[in-house]
Amino acid sequence: MTIEPVAEDLLRELAPQVLGVLVRRYGQFEEAEDAVQEAVLAAAVQWPAEGVPANPRGWLVTVAARRLIDEFRSDRARRDREADAALREPEPDVPDTDDTLVLLFLCCHPALTPVSQTVLTLRAVGGLTTAEIAHAFLVPENTMAVRISRAKQRIKAAGARFAMPAPEELRERLDVVLHVLYLIFNEGYTASSGPELHRADLAHEAIRLMRMVHRQLPGDGEAAGLLALMLLTDARRAARVGPAGELVPLAEQDRSRWDARFVAEGTALVEAAMATAPLGPYQLQAAIAATHADAARAEDTNWRQVHLLYRILERIAPNPMVTLNRAVALAELEGPRAGLTLLSTLDDDDRINGHHRLPAVRAHLLEQAGEVEAALENYRNAARRTLSLTERRYLESRAARLIGRSG
Amino acid sequence: MKFLLNLHMNPAVWDSLTEDERNEVMTGHGAFMETVTKSGEMITTQGLADPSQSAVVRVRGGQPVVTDGPYLEAKEYLGGFYLIDCESRDRALELAAMIPDAKVEGLGVEVRPVMFADGQPEM
Repeated sequence: MTIEPVAEDLLRELAPQVLGVLVRRYGQFEEAEDAVQEAVLAAAVQWPAEGVPANPRGWLVTVAARRLIDEFRSDRARRDREADAALREPEPDVPDTDDTLVLLFLCCHPALTPVSQTVLTLRAVGGLTTAEIAHAFLVPENTMAVRISRAKQRIKAAGARFAMPAPEELRERLDVVLHVLYLIFNEGYTASSGPELHRADLAHEAIRLMRMVHRQLPGDGEAAGLLALMLLTDARRAARVGPAGELVPLAEQDRSRWDARFVAEGTALVEAAMATAPLGPYQLQAAIAATHADAARAEDTNWRQVHLLYRILERIAPNPMVTLNRAVALAELEGPRAGLTLLSTLDDDDRINGHHRLPAVRAHLLEQAGEVEAALENYRNAARRTLSLTERRYLESRAARLIGRSG
Repeated sequence: MKFLLNLHMNPAVWDSLTEDERNEVMTGHGAFMETVTKSGEMITTQGLADPSQSAVVRVRGGQPVVTDGPYLEAKEYLGGFYLIDCESRDRALELAAMIPDAKVEGLGVEVRPVMFADGQPEM
C-alpha cells in the first residue's frame, strides 16, 4: 500500500501524540498502542481516498479511543477496568508535543533493556510499523513482534507511569533517552548506507526525534550537542562510501560532498550550546566533528583543537575509546611515535584490548612510522577481529598495499 | 547482535547415548525453541541431513565438477544450527548453555558472531 507522502509524514507526527492522549486518558499503554496502530492503518487507507479530515488528530483520537473501548468491552474479564475508564473524567487536552516527550520517557524506561527501549521508541514514538522495524534490524517480523510485545509488557510490569520524570531524576532519565536515540542513529548510520535508503532509515528517524527533544528542551546542552553530533556525522554520509561500497576513511573523503546545510546547522547548534550550557560528552564529540568539518581539506585540520577537545572529553567521561582517538590526534600533532606511546597505555585495559580498533589504529601509526612489517601484522590482526564486513575489506586492502613493501 | 549457534554432531557420541538420553536431547530442543521464540531472539533454525547425503561442487575450467560426500572427512560434522539475535555475547553464551547438546559429554555448542554489512569508518 502506498500512502501519500504528506499523509504519511502527518501520520507519523500525530501517532505518538494520539497515543499520549489515550494513555493519559485510559492508562493502558499496551492496549492503547495497539489501538493507535489500528487507527493509523485506517487513516492510511481512508485519507488518500477521502481526503485528510479537517482535524486529523481529533479523527485519530476518536477512532483509536473507539477501538480501545471495543477492546475493553470484548473482554469480559476487563469489565471492572472498563467501568473505571468510563468513570474517569477525560483529561483536558494538554499541548500535543509535551505528550510525545512524555511518551519517549516511557519507552526509554530504565526497566527495559537497550534493545527493548530502541524498538519501543521506534514503534510508539517513531510511528514505524513492526515490519519496518524488523527490516531495519534484519530480523523476521515475528521476532520483532514478540520483542515489541514483551517490551510493552515489561513497561506494565514495572508499573511505569505516563508522566514526566520528577525534576531530581530528569537528568538521568534524559541521558537514557539520548543514549537510545544515539543507538538508533548509529544503527542507521552504520547499517543502512547502501543504495536502499528508504522511509525506515533509522539515522533520519533518530534526527527527527532528536529535533523534537531539542525543541522541547532547548536549554539542555547535551540534547543540543547530540542533535549537532548527529547532523555533523550524517553530513558525511555520501562521502564515506566509495563507488564499490568500500569504506572511505575521514582523511580521504571528498569534503565537497559533505552536506553543507547539516554542517552549518550542527556547528551553530554546538557553538550555542557550549557557550550557554554545562559541558557534556555529546557537545564535545559534536565540537570535534565540527572542527573536522571546518577544514576544507584533511591537511587543514586543526589537530591542536581536536586533541584538546579529546583531552577534555577524556577527563569528564574517561573511556579507552576516547584515549584511542586522542592518540590519532596526538600523532598528527607530534608524530606517530607519540601516538604509539599513548596507545601502549591501553594494552592492559580489558575494556578495549580485544577490540579491533586498537590494532587498526596502531597499524596506521606504525605505517606512518615506516614500520611496514609490524603495521602489516596489526592490519591483519584487526581484520580478523572486526565484525564488520566493510571494515574487514578496508583493513585487508590497507594490508595488501603494504605487501611487497615489507621485508 | 546476531550469532550462529552451531551444533556439531559426533555420531560415535550420539550412538553411545541411551534411548532416554537421546529423547531428552530432542525434547530439550523443543523447549529451547520455545524459549528463544518467546523471548524474541530466534531468527531461524535448521537441522542438516547426514553428511553422506552431501555433494561438493567445484568449477574447474568453467565446468562444474560434483563430488558426492562431505567437504571434509572428519569424525564431527555440522548437524544443525540456530541463528539468534540477542543483546550481547554474554546472552548468546547463556543461550548456548541451554541447548541440550551442550550438556552431552563429548559434544559442545559453538557460538559464532555474525558479521554485519557496514561499519564505522572513522579513523
